[in-house]
Amino acid sequence: MICENWIRFILIQNRAGKTRLAKWYMQFDDDEKQKLIEEVHAVVTVRDAKHTNFVEVFICGLTCYTLFPLQFRNFKIIYRRYAGLYFCICVDVTDNNLAYLEAIHNFVEVLNEYFHNVCELDLVFNFYKVYTVVDEMFLAGEIRETSQTKVLKQLLMLQSLE
Amino acid sequence: MPAVSKGDGMRGLAVFISDIRNCKSKEAEIKRINKELANIRSKFKGDKALDGYSKKKYVCKLLFIFLLGHDIDFGHMEAVNLLSSNKYTEKQIGYLFISVLVNSNSELIRLINNAIKNDLSSRNPTFMCLALHCIANVGSREMAEAFAGEIPRILVAGDTMDSVKQSAALCLLRLYKTSPDLVLMGEWTSRVVHLLNDQHMGVVTAAISLITCLSQKNPDEFKTCVSLAVSRLSRIVSSASTDLQDYTYYFVPAPWLSCKLLRLLQCYPPPEDGAVKGRLVECLETILNKAQEPPKSKKVQHSNAKNAILFEAISLIIHYDSEPNLLVRACNQLGQFLQHRETNLRYLALESMCTLASSEFSHEAVKTHIETVINALKTERDVSVRQRAADLLYAMCDRSNAKQIVAEMLSYLETADYSIREEMVLKVAILAEKYAVDYSWYVDTILNLIRIAGDYVSEEVWYRVIQIVINRDDVQGYAAKTVFEALQAPACHENMVKVGGYILGEFGNLIAGDPRSSPLVQFNLLHSKFHLCSVPTRALLLSAYIKFINLFPETKSTIQEVLRSDSQIRNSDVELQQRAVEYLKLSSIASTDVLATVLEEMPPFPERESSILAKLKKKKGPGAVSVNELEEGKREGGELNGGGERGGDSSSTPSPSADLLGLRAGPPVTAAAPSAGSLLVDVFSEAGVNDDVPFLAVPACLFVCKNNGVLFENQLLQIGIKSEYRQNLGRMYLFYGNKTSVQFVTFTTTLNVQAKPVEPLIEGGAQVQQVINIECLTDFSDAPLLNIKFRYGGALQNLTLKLPVTINKFFQPTEMASHDFFQRWKQLSLPQQEAQKIFKANHAMDTEVLKAKLLGLGMALLENVDPNPENFVCAGVIQTKAQQVGSLLRLEPNAQAQMYRLTVRSSKDTVSKRLCELLAEQF
Repeated sequence: MICENWIRFILIQNRAGKTRLAKWYMQFDDDEKQKLIEEVHAVVTVRDAKHTNFVEVFICGLTCYTLFPLQFRNFKIIYRRYAGLYFCICVDVTDNNLAYLEAIHNFVEVLNEYFHNVCELDLVFNFYKVYTVVDEMFLAGEIRETSQTKVLKQLLMLQSLE
Repeated sequence: MPAVSKGDGMRGLAVFISDIRNCKSKEAEIKRINKELANIRSKFKGDKALDGYSKKKYVCKLLFIFLLGHDIDFGHMEAVNLLSSNKYTEKQIGYLFISVLVNSNSELIRLINNAIKNDLSSRNPTFMCLALHCIANVGSREMAEAFAGEIPRILVAGDTMDSVKQSAALCLLRLYKTSPDLVLMGEWTSRVVHLLNDQHMGVVTAAISLITCLSQKNPDEFKTCVSLAVSRLSRIVSSASTDLQDYTYYFVPAPWLSCKLLRLLQCYPPPEDGAVKGRLVECLETILNKAQEPPKSKKVQHSNAKNAILFEAISLIIHYDSEPNLLVRACNQLGQFLQHRETNLRYLALESMCTLASSEFSHEAVKTHIETVINALKTERDVSVRQRAADLLYAMCDRSNAKQIVAEMLSYLETADYSIREEMVLKVAILAEKYAVDYSWYVDTILNLIRIAGDYVSEEVWYRVIQIVINRDDVQGYAAKTVFEALQAPACHENMVKVGGYILGEFGNLIAGDPRSSPLVQFNLLHSKFHLCSVPTRALLLSAYIKFINLFPETKSTIQEVLRSDSQIRNSDVELQQRAVEYLKLSSIASTDVLATVLEEMPPFPERESSILAKLKKKKGPGAVSVNELEEGKREGGELNGGGERGGDSSSTPSPSADLLGLRAGPPVTAAAPSAGSLLVDVFSEAGVNDDVPFLAVPACLFVCKNNGVLFENQLLQIGIKSEYRQNLGRMYLFYGNKTSVQFVTFTTTLNVQAKPVEPLIEGGAQVQQVINIECLTDFSDAPLLNIKFRYGGALQNLTLKLPVTINKFFQPTEMASHDFFQRWKQLSLPQQEAQKIFKANHAMDTEVLKAKLLGLGMALLENVDPNPENFVCAGVIQTKAQQVGSLLRLEPNAQAQMYRLTVRSSKDTVSKRLCELLAEQF
């Protein structure tokens, strides 16, 4: 059961539903990915500050997925909003909500430092660098490195390479 | 820290992205993209060899186009070329392209693997990490074949850089998840476990994910990780908030690593070594203490990180379920969170308390928070929080508070969100039944349910109230009076009419003495609802009327008149017409004695599982209901049936045809689809017979030990089945063959789980195929039902089949030596882990046939394990998504007595039970 606790995907979307990053750690085909992106957007954007940062969802099997609220839950989307961007992580329903909520924030702080006051456009124009940041912090659906100092040092080193 | 400028290094890319962003319409964007694709294609095809920079730029543009949602069908080769560049930026874009656009082209895979191989042996940590990340992102079997042997070496080598170790650990985890057979830890195990002691916290953070997964699958080999994890945890927990420098997050030392350590410990029972155990309990106490200390920062990040550890610690305390002191402290802590201003914390506290409620040590402590939880149910703005509150009320309910909780849930139902009403209704119904001390309260509750949320009261719920009223004669008079009163309401729900009709038809005589509810008044009241009701309800009411004729001869002429009216006897609905004709005839020709016999009061229902519980189980879907909850419900649910308490009556043998609602257990396998016909009182042999096509269904039990064959056949249709299973996944091919020369039209199949649609048309003599992908989420007993509908000629055909999916299909055989087998056998010694059956042989006791069947079961048949060569022992692991369930089996034939003794032990009680049931039918 615990072995099943890994990140299934990480999504960064803006309010209009445009995807700024999609990182998949589970096999989905392209149509399924698109459907999931739309459903996550629909589920997350209707929530306000009175809501929790967690939405439990139902994603089924290799070929079908649907999001239902409540009774069919097997995964949850843990999300946090920063200005117009939603950062979402999908994990198993039994996983630790707050740990992933803070993992998002840790990731955002790294982006903010790396891009010097990060904004949405930085993610658009440097999409290929965002993947590098993700891979430094998350790998194979697991948390790889949590120290901001270490990650930034590594990114800085890579930045200096040709 | 230098900021990264827009698309620095690749001006062309930045220009292109800007162009795309400036496009005013989708058409303009597509035009711009096509222009770019043509440009890139010509560059790639051109005579001039491209330099690394240009190649990188164009590949990156292609990637951007792909990420916008457009297909990319070229450029893979150029991306692969980039892999062998010596420049980091070029290599990185190459690897990124490969990771995002995985291509199964075998030619390319070979080239990619070659490049990865070079980078892995380059001794350049940056390149090694890129290569490892690519493997971790793609994770294909080809890559596992190529690198599963090499990566453990990199992981444990003394001279490997820390960052490479981190990547190697998680890369290995990914390969292990996709191809567990290729990742052999054997000699590396102890060195991998000792990574928990590594100086570099990042290495520990990455390695612990790998260790957690591996120790799930091989708990024995990895059990030394427990003491290492405890000492690591202890060092973190007792450190000051600044000790860990880089790994301190908002004054919390290593929050993520702490959570992972606590989670690893949840793979194991409490440590046996007293010193380790003591140290761990100390850690847990420290974590609980810290929750009480004033916060070191007002930032939410601080409290979140601290509470992430706290919740994980509480999960571990609940997992152990052996430290009353810690359980109660956890409960008190959660109690404080219930009133916290952060919605997240209130939600998580409700969720966590739900599991605490099921522990005997903390159940009472949880109960003290009832008022707060009720308040949450009423005032929370987020529906998922209210849902958690409802779940917790359900979990904390017992005899002492049932009335209060049921009343609160009922009043919540009036305004509850539509999405959760049905589940709420079921929960109320279950609690009312489980904790009913006086049955008038139970009847009131269910009738209130119907009144408040009639649309959400499923058949199972109102069937159940009728079962109980019939089985308890002390409540029948009260029930009759109550439904009579409820029916007075000008608008009452149709379900109320159904219950009312049934109960008055059986027990109306108990209130007939009161002139306000004289027989005729009762009849008129029921009949006033008749015209507003649907056909099945009308059919039920007609049956109630004929029962009235028997109960109250004085109503006979009135009722006969109603039956005789054109709207009944010539009703366009065949079912209603038939009932009217037959009841009219019965009432006029049968003598009072015959009538009294035919229409006798219903005998009590046999004791069986509550239909509501079965429904809740189905409703929740696999894995969602905790087994405890159901088992408990089942045990207590039985009390109410009280079949024996009615004295003399119960000895009369109830004929199945007298079962007005079809409440009795159906045939064990493949029942026909329930139609309106099953509601019919079958007083005449020719009436009420299922007019479905007669069919022969092959019992699903024949498929326990085999995967292929004919599932069903009648004159029209043959359904063949082929299935294959791997781990917790399965694929089933269904072949629908039309045996006639006429086409079947509007052919549809529905499954109570999801399936891909099938061709709607099957030509005469033709066959169509349907594929069903199966994922086993958790262990289960009920097979999925497949409903098939189609038109043949003009007639609608409808049948329901059980798909032969049984829990044993998800077995992975496990080979083990005699010593290991008996050691594990001993470990599974809790009484509930074992299921045993002694039964008579149904088939010849041929050793070879038995072996073949056991192999077909999916377990490993172990030779030379049991000291008695006549006996068979098997071992296997059931792979479900939720967990793995190790199972051991021993079959002891006794040829003389023609008997078998079958013993199954597994780590989960429901699995032992189910396997035993399945297998007892096989030999």
